[in-house]
Amino acid sequence: MMVTLTIDGQIIHVERHTPIIEAAKQLGISIPTLCHHEGLQPFGSCRLCIVEAFRGNRSKLVTSCNYPAEEGLTVLTASDRVLETRKMVMELLLARCPDVPGIRRLAEKMGVEAVGFKKKGDQWCILCGLCVRACEQMVGVSAISFASRGIEREVKTPFGMESDVCIGCGTCTYICPTGCIEMTGDPGPPGHRVMDMGDLALGSCSNNHDCETCDIDQGFLDKMKRAIESVRL
Amino acid sequence: MGFEKVDEILENYAYKHDALIGILQDVQRLENYLPQETLQYIGRELEVPLSRVYYIATFYKSFSLEPRGRHIVKVCLGTACHLNGAVQNLEQVERVLSIREGETTEDRMFSLETVNCVGTCALAPVTMVGEDYYGAVTPGRVEKILSAYSTGSGSAEDGKD
Repeated sequence: MMVTLTIDGQIIHVERHTPIIEAAKQLGISIPTLCHHEGLQPFGSCRLCIVEAFRGNRSKLVTSCNYPAEEGLTVLTASDRVLETRKMVMELLLARCPDVPGIRRLAEKMGVEAVGFKKKGDQWCILCGLCVRACEQMVGVSAISFASRGIEREVKTPFGMESDVCIGCGTCTYICPTGCIEMTGDPGPPGHRVMDMGDLALGSCSNNHDCETCDIDQGFLDKMKRAIESVRL
Repeated sequence: MGFEKVDEILENYAYKHDALIGILQDVQRLENYLPQETLQYIGRELEVPLSRVYYIATFYKSFSLEPRGRHIVKVCLGTACHLNGAVQNLEQVERVLSIREGETTEDRMFSLETVNCVGTCALAPVTMVGEDYYGAVTPGRVEKILSAYSTGSGSAEDGKD
């Protein structure tokens, strides 16, 4: 079923329940986000994509990546209220990971400089869940997941042990918006790859890339690494 | 250890994925914690990724991945209990069992935890041993309450509320 909604004064027809962020994209309106990927289920964890959704005279702030389009919805993607709140979110992200280039660039773009919060320091992971979702929904192996909660929440393999289901594909490295998962070669057998993220060490291919059809070697690793660096924001 | 009892529990829940939390609760009741091998076994049997089982087991505070004692002593430190001297009770429990909060005795009989409310503020200060509630606890009563459990007879004491 198609519905009609208004985004920043522009009218658009989309399939019902399309995420607002996708509808806005069709209109050429870009909404900042760190945790959204069109190939994955929305998660709403980075909170950067908040917009103001109006129903009649009432409005509320919603995350546009997982807010479904409904008939007659009016959306403002850059109202004062949105911009102010988004800046606050950015400030929190910057306080958590002050050293991540992508985060700093995004903050600069949004005019966030001084951080009013206590800096958390050396973390690079923003717990956006992209790697976890990609591993589950794209790769289909679920080698990593969130563990614990609150300030102790982290991305981890079960029990922090080398994963026996990880296929060493590097999708988590590729999709990570902050670059906190690194793919490194391993002194072990050729083509043996390891993902590093703090304490997170993912294992290699279960067959040590020994299958007949597998042509992964060090050259591939280097190429992959360069490719990842070139797309990293 | 065999997994017969775990199988039984899984059977009870008809191997349903959405019953994972209930399954983990029942399994934890067996040994008062969730051993790693058991979680791996559950993941395999249910055909749920181990990472998901681990995610849920670490998310909820009521699940423990560390071995705990047969009896979990919960000293309530909520407002009402705190005002009625719960801290002294906690210190007395620590002395009697020679463990600190969050630890387990060497004979694996007791684990000590603090909680922030057990919903029975009228009985303050409250201490729970396993599923049993003890109200109006004083440091003098602590040893008597605990000794009934350490002799293995289970719950005890006339003053039980």
